[in-house]
Amino acid sequence: MLKKSSLPLSLPARHFSGQGRLKSRYDVVIIGGGGHGLATACYLAGDYGVTDVAVLEKGYLAGGNTARNTTIIRSNYLTPEGVAFYEESRKLFAGLSNKLDFNVLYSERGHLTLAHTDAALRTARWRAEVNKHLGVDSELVFPDEIAKLCPQLNLSPDVRYPILGALYHPPGAIARHDAVAWAYARRAAALGVEIHTQTEVTGLKIENGKVTGVKTRRGDIACGKVLQAVAGMSSEVARMAGIKLPVKTIPLQACVSEPVKPFLDPIIVSGSLHVYVSQSARGELVMGAAADPYPLYSTRSTLEFKEELMMHLLELFPFVGGLKILRQWAGMADMTPDFSPVMGLTPVENYYIDAGWGTWGFKATPVCGKRLAELIATGEVPELIKPFELARFHRFQQVGERGAAAVGH
Amino acid sequence: MPCPLNGWRNITEFACGGEVIDVPDPTSCSDRAWADYLFMENNVRGVVREWWLHVPSSYWFIAERNTATDEILKTYPADEIFNQQVDYPSPRPSPSRVEGGNLSLPGKIIPSPLEGEAQGKGEDGEI
Ligand SMILES: Cc1cc2nc3c(=O)[nH]c(=O)nc-3n(C[C@H](O)[C@H](O)[C@H](O)COP(=O)(O)OP(=O)(O)OC[C@H]3O[C@@H](n4cnc5c(N)ncnc54)[C@H](O)[C@@H]3O)c2cc1C
Repeated sequence: MLKKSSLPLSLPARHFSGQGRLKSRYDVVIIGGGGHGLATACYLAGDYGVTDVAVLEKGYLAGGNTARNTTIIRSNYLTPEGVAFYEESRKLFAGLSNKLDFNVLYSERGHLTLAHTDAALRTARWRAEVNKHLGVDSELVFPDEIAKLCPQLNLSPDVRYPILGALYHPPGAIARHDAVAWAYARRAAALGVEIHTQTEVTGLKIENGKVTGVKTRRGDIACGKVLQAVAGMSSEVARMAGIKLPVKTIPLQACVSEPVKPFLDPIIVSGSLHVYVSQSARGELVMGAAADPYPLYSTRSTLEFKEELMMHLLELFPFVGGLKILRQWAGMADMTPDFSPVMGLTPVENYYIDAGWGTWGFKATPVCGKRLAELIATGEVPELIKPFELARFHRFQQVGERGAAAVGH
Repeated sequence: MPCPLNGWRNITEFACGGEVIDVPDPTSCSDRAWADYLFMENNVRGVVREWWLHVPSSYWFIAERNTATDEILKTYPADEIFNQQVDYPSPRPSPSRVEGGNLSLPGKIIPSPLEGEAQGKGEDGEI
């Protein structure tokens, strides 16, 4: 048996201390320890001094979609509401490593959304004009310029879907997803927030239309306010509060290739071909496609996904044919009909929601944290997130982002 | 998936049409009930009953499946459930089918809830 003294003298410092016992009451309980929940806890404690906060996570820290996404960050959306919101997030992201003193490997690459049809070109032009009007760097480019930005792309007209143009978004970026969650968790914990993993929420206590407590597998706790930020489980958790959501849980799959030397600088997305790809800091090609064809609460992988993805990828980059797939996985995406999130107030008093993040919510992690913290701490709904309230569906005022979010993430 | 018309076919030949739910009477229900019908989802983790389409043969049927285990439990023709004509009362005289060969069903007026939506439809051809 190993003696204690044979362990290395200094173990690497943990990002935050292990969990202790649950208290009997917290001012704020956050259900879901993904990026969104952790960021909200961090801004609550840091910006508003609300430190009596518990983040309750069913599994391990940020093991949900935060750990499974392909980390594309951009703000070239279609609606003015969407553009303003994602642009604030992009700016927060750009300063995140400094602010949290933790390298999140934020890397500006430039983002190209390829257009292979007239309809796609039209949407690209539309987005570029909305973006520019709102001060977001975004431009329609044509094959001569694409060839300069990404000489590796197959721009030949002799393919099934030749590239006619692209929406070019120079500030498009990627970051290390786990690091984003750890950075927020570490800072939140340092400010007094409790983070409890392996702590599933199984029910809510609601009295006179007001939430007063949370039931967990480790016992019941009382609380002042509750935020649910549980991505794919949004409908099931909202059901505990008696709330119905415009959400379907649909798997989104992704994969990475074996690592190779850096050759691909920009992030390449093709909505028509249902494929997007970037090269990570480790040299792996990070690849994804459209969401699965039907709702499912599962993270299984399918052959259909890989076949379709590779077919299209090889049309764009024929020379990667020899690369091997290293890992494949899926996340459960909470899809809304207008491809915009559901954030803010709910019919239950003191119960707040952050859901409907589907396939596009990683880039929104900082702005969600910041603005939800503002909402929870002040009780005022920030202008920036008002358009995304749940009640919009009953007013028929969707924020239609399908043309900008369907495959692009 | 076992298609009631075509037998066992690859899942990629099918499209999911959403849960089987009651359609509220569009001529008399509240805006809220109509929005609920259009947008809100039960999204149950467990056994659900759904509309499915076999795309190549354009055949709609019902499937029961488990959304937690990805198992298809049962499939059957839609007329096993929908065996009666649904008649919505008409709020105003039926639009005449004579003019212009209008094919809308008499007495069934479906409002367009997407009118006024910020985003045009059909522009996002890349989906
Ligand atoms: C393959 C894939 C690729 C993607 N690519 C991109 C991209 O390129 N760009 C982008 O912006 N977005 C992308 N997304 C979307 C993005 O990952 C998510 O929108 C975002 O990470 C959601 O963060 P979250 O913190 O809300 O959810 P999560 O990280 O999923 O956290 C929710 C947590 O809640 C926990 N939970 C659930 N139920 C309970 C319960 N009852 N009690 C306690 N805890 C519970 C879960 O275990 C989970 O850890 C992608 C998603 C996937 C799946």
